[in-house]
Amino acid sequence: MESALNIHRLHFAFTVTFHYLFPQLTMGLAPLIVVLKTMALRTKKEIYNEAARFWGRIFGISFLMGVVTGIPMEFQFGTNWSHFSRLTGGVIGQPLVMEGVFAFFLESAFLGLFLYGEKRLSPKAHWWAAVMVFVGSWLSGFFIIVADAWMQHPVAFQRAADGSFQVISFWGLLLNPWAQLQYAHNMTGAVITGAFVMSAVGAYYLVEKKFVEYGRVFLRVGVIAGVIACILQVFPTGDLHGRYMARHQPVTTAAMEGLFKSESGAPIVILGQPDVEHQRIDNPFVVNKVLSFLIYGHTTAEVRGLNEFPKDTWPTNIPLLYFSYHIMVGLGTIFVSVMVVAAFLLWRRRLYQSRWMLWILMLCLPLPYVANTAGWMTAEIGRQPWVVYNLMRTTEGYSKYVGAGNGLFTLLGFMGLYTVLAILFLTLVQHEVARGPRPASTDAAGVLSITPSEGD
Amino acid sequence: MVFVWFWLVAIMITGYVVLDGFDLGAGILHMLIARTDQERRTVIRTVGPVWDGNEVWLIAGGGTLFFAFPLLYASGFSGFYLPLMIVLWLLIFRGIGIELRMHLDSPVWQGFFDGCFAISSFLLTIFYGAALGNVIRGVPLQKDGYFFLPLWTNWNVGPNPGVLDWYTLIAGVVALVALTIHGAHYIALKTSADLNLRARRVAQKLWPVLVAITIVSLWASLSIRPALLENYGRYPVLFIVPAGVAASLAAMLWYRRRGNDRAAFLSSSSYLVFMLVGAAAAVYPNLLVSTTEPSLNITVHNAAAGPYSLSVGLVFWGFGMALAVAYLIFVYRMFRGKVDHGEVVGQVEKLTH
Repeated sequence: MESALNIHRLHFAFTVTFHYLFPQLTMGLAPLIVVLKTMALRTKKEIYNEAARFWGRIFGISFLMGVVTGIPMEFQFGTNWSHFSRLTGGVIGQPLVMEGVFAFFLESAFLGLFLYGEKRLSPKAHWWAAVMVFVGSWLSGFFIIVADAWMQHPVAFQRAADGSFQVISFWGLLLNPWAQLQYAHNMTGAVITGAFVMSAVGAYYLVEKKFVEYGRVFLRVGVIAGVIACILQVFPTGDLHGRYMARHQPVTTAAMEGLFKSESGAPIVILGQPDVEHQRIDNPFVVNKVLSFLIYGHTTAEVRGLNEFPKDTWPTNIPLLYFSYHIMVGLGTIFVSVMVVAAFLLWRRRLYQSRWMLWILMLCLPLPYVANTAGWMTAEIGRQPWVVYNLMRTTEGYSKYVGAGNGLFTLLGFMGLYTVLAILFLTLVQHEVARGPRPASTDAAGVLSITPSEGD
Repeated sequence: MVFVWFWLVAIMITGYVVLDGFDLGAGILHMLIARTDQERRTVIRTVGPVWDGNEVWLIAGGGTLFFAFPLLYASGFSGFYLPLMIVLWLLIFRGIGIELRMHLDSPVWQGFFDGCFAISSFLLTIFYGAALGNVIRGVPLQKDGYFFLPLWTNWNVGPNPGVLDWYTLIAGVVALVALTIHGAHYIALKTSADLNLRARRVAQKLWPVLVAITIVSLWASLSIRPALLENYGRYPVLFIVPAGVAASLAAMLWYRRRGNDRAAFLSSSSYLVFMLVGAAAAVYPNLLVSTTEPSLNITVHNAAAGPYSLSVGLVFWGFGMALAVAYLIFVYRMFRGKVDHGEVVGQVEKLTH
C-alpha cells in the first residue's frame, strides 16, 4: 500500500513538474508579446512586428507542449487520486471547469488567429488577438491557482454527511486570499522566466553578432520586464505570501526555514543542511533575528519551531522542502541583482557593449525554470502530509484500486514519452533561434500547420 | 438539477465526438488518401486551425464531469486507469503529429509525424468506442464505489470483464467506421480535386459497413443488457432517436450521391449525435452500472455534487459556454471554405476588411 502511494505521488509530481516548464514560458511571454505588438502599433516599425512573430513561434511550440502535457493533469485527479477527487470534486471541480470554459476556449481560438491570421487581420485586430491570448493564458493560470490554493488553505466549503466537501460560496472560493497572493507570486515568476528567456536570446544574438537589431529589442524588453518582475517577486508578492503562510501553515514555515526549536529573535538560515534526526542544521550560516523581523516586523518576536507541532503534522520530506525553498529564495535574490545591474547598464546605454553582462544573461537562461520549479515544490511538499490542508491526508487520497505495478507502468511510460517531447522541444526552439526573426515575406516556409492559406 | 447536468455532460461529450471526431477521421485517412507531400499538407491544414479547440471540448467535458458528478469521475477514471492512460499517450502523439510536421523540411521528420497522426487517430477512435461500450455494458463496481478493469480478461461479457471484450470491440469498430466516414466527409468538404474524390470514395465504400455494424451493435447492446429498452418503453417518444439514426444514415447516402459534401457532413454529424443521445437516454439515470449487483450502480443521484455548486454552476457554465460557442463560430467562419491557396485568403479578407 505504502509503495502504491509513493508511486502515485511520484506520478503526479513528475507529470506536473514537466508540464509546468511550458506554461511558465507561455504565461511569461504572453505579456511581453503584447508589449512588442504595442510598440509595433505605436512606432509603426516593422521590426517590432517581426520580433513579436518570432516570439509567437516560440510561444506556439511551448503552448503545444503545455497542451499535450496538460491534458493528462486534468485526468490524473481521477485516475491516480480518485478518493481525493470524489471528496473534493464539488469544490476543485469548479475552478477546473471554469478554466475549460473561460480560458481554454478563448486561448485556443485566439492563438490560431494570432499565429496564422496576421495577414488577414488589421494591425489593431492582430494586436487584439495577442491581448486575448494573454488574457486566456493568465485566466487559465488563475483557475489552477484557485484549485491549488483551496488545497493549501480551504475556504468557502462545508462537509456533507459522506465526508465530501461542498462549496458554499462561489466568490469565497474564487477570492480566497491565499489564491490572490499565490497568483501574484506565481505570475511574476512566470514573467521572470519569459523575461530571462527573451534577454538570453537577445544576448546570444549580440554575442554571436547575428540578428543584432532584434537582439537589442529583445534585451531592452526582456531586461525592463525582468527588473520589474524580479523586484515584485520578492516584494511585495513573496514577502506577503511568506507572512500569510507563516500565519496559516506555521509548521511548514518552520520546516522551510529549518527552525527546529522555537526562538524569539529567530535567525534566518542562509546556508546549511538540515539534519532531521538530530534536529539541527549542519554547517550553518545564519543571520540573527532576521526571520523574526521578516515574519512579524520586529526583531524579538518569537517564531514557532517544529518542536511545537506534533510530529505527524510535520511535512513528510523536510530536507527536500528546505532545499526547494532555499533554492527558490537564493535564485530570486540572484535574479534581482542580475536584472538591476543589467537595467542600470541599459539606462547608461552600455548594456549592448558589456560582453560580460551579456554572457551572464545568456547563462542565466535555465535558472528561472529551476526557481519556479523549486517554488512549486516548496508549496506542494510544504502542504504535506495533507492533500487538503489540515482536513484530508495525502494517504487517504490516492486510488486504492490502482496498484503500484500499474502506476509504475504508466509512470515509466510518461517518463519515456516526455523525454521525447523534451528533445523535440529543444530541437525546434534551437531551430527557430538559429533561423532567427525575419520579415513576413520569407516567413512562409517555417509556419505551423494551422495556416490554411500559406506555407508552400 | 441533476437531470440538467446529466444532459450538459452528455452535450459536452457529444460536442467532443462530433468536433474532434472529424479530425480523428481525417487522421485515420491521412496516410491512406493523401499520397503526396502536398496532399498531406492539405489534409493537415484542414484540421490545423481547429483541432486544438476541438480537444478543449474533451478537457472542458472532463472538467464538467468532475464538477457535477465527482463520484463518477473518481470511480470511472481510476477504474479505466490503463485505457485512459493509453488514450492520454495517444493524444500526445496526435497533438505533436499535427503541429510539428511542418516545422522541418525533411522527409524523415514529416514521415514520422504523419505516422504519429494516423496511428494515434486510428487507435483513439477504437478506444473511445470501447469506452462507451464499457459504460453500456457495466463494470464490476465494488461496495466502496470503485473498481479496476484490466485491459482484457477472457474477451467475454461476464461478471468480470476486461476493458476489451467482444462487445466493446464491436463498439470500437462502430466508432472507427463512423468517425472515418465523418472524417472523409470533412476532407471532401474542405478539399478539391483528387483528395475530394478519394474522400468521397472512402465514404461511399464504408457506408454499407456502417449500416451493418450499427445494426449489429444495436442487437449486441440489447442482448447483453435488455434493460436498456426500459426508458424507451416508458417514454415511447424516445423512439425518435433511433429513427434519427436511420434517417441520418439515409441522408448520408442521399447527399453523397448528389455530391453535396456539406449536407453529407452534417448527416454524419447528426448520426453521431443521435447515436450518443440514444445511448444516454437508454442508460439514464445510471451513469455506470455494476455487472454484479444493481444496488451498487452509480447514478445521477448518488454521484452528484452539492446543490449549491450545481445551481451556481449552471450560471457560469452557461455563460462560459455561450462565449465558447461564439469563438467557435468565429474561428470556423474565419477558416471556412476549401483549403486552397488563393481562395481562403480571398474569403477571409472579405470577412475582415
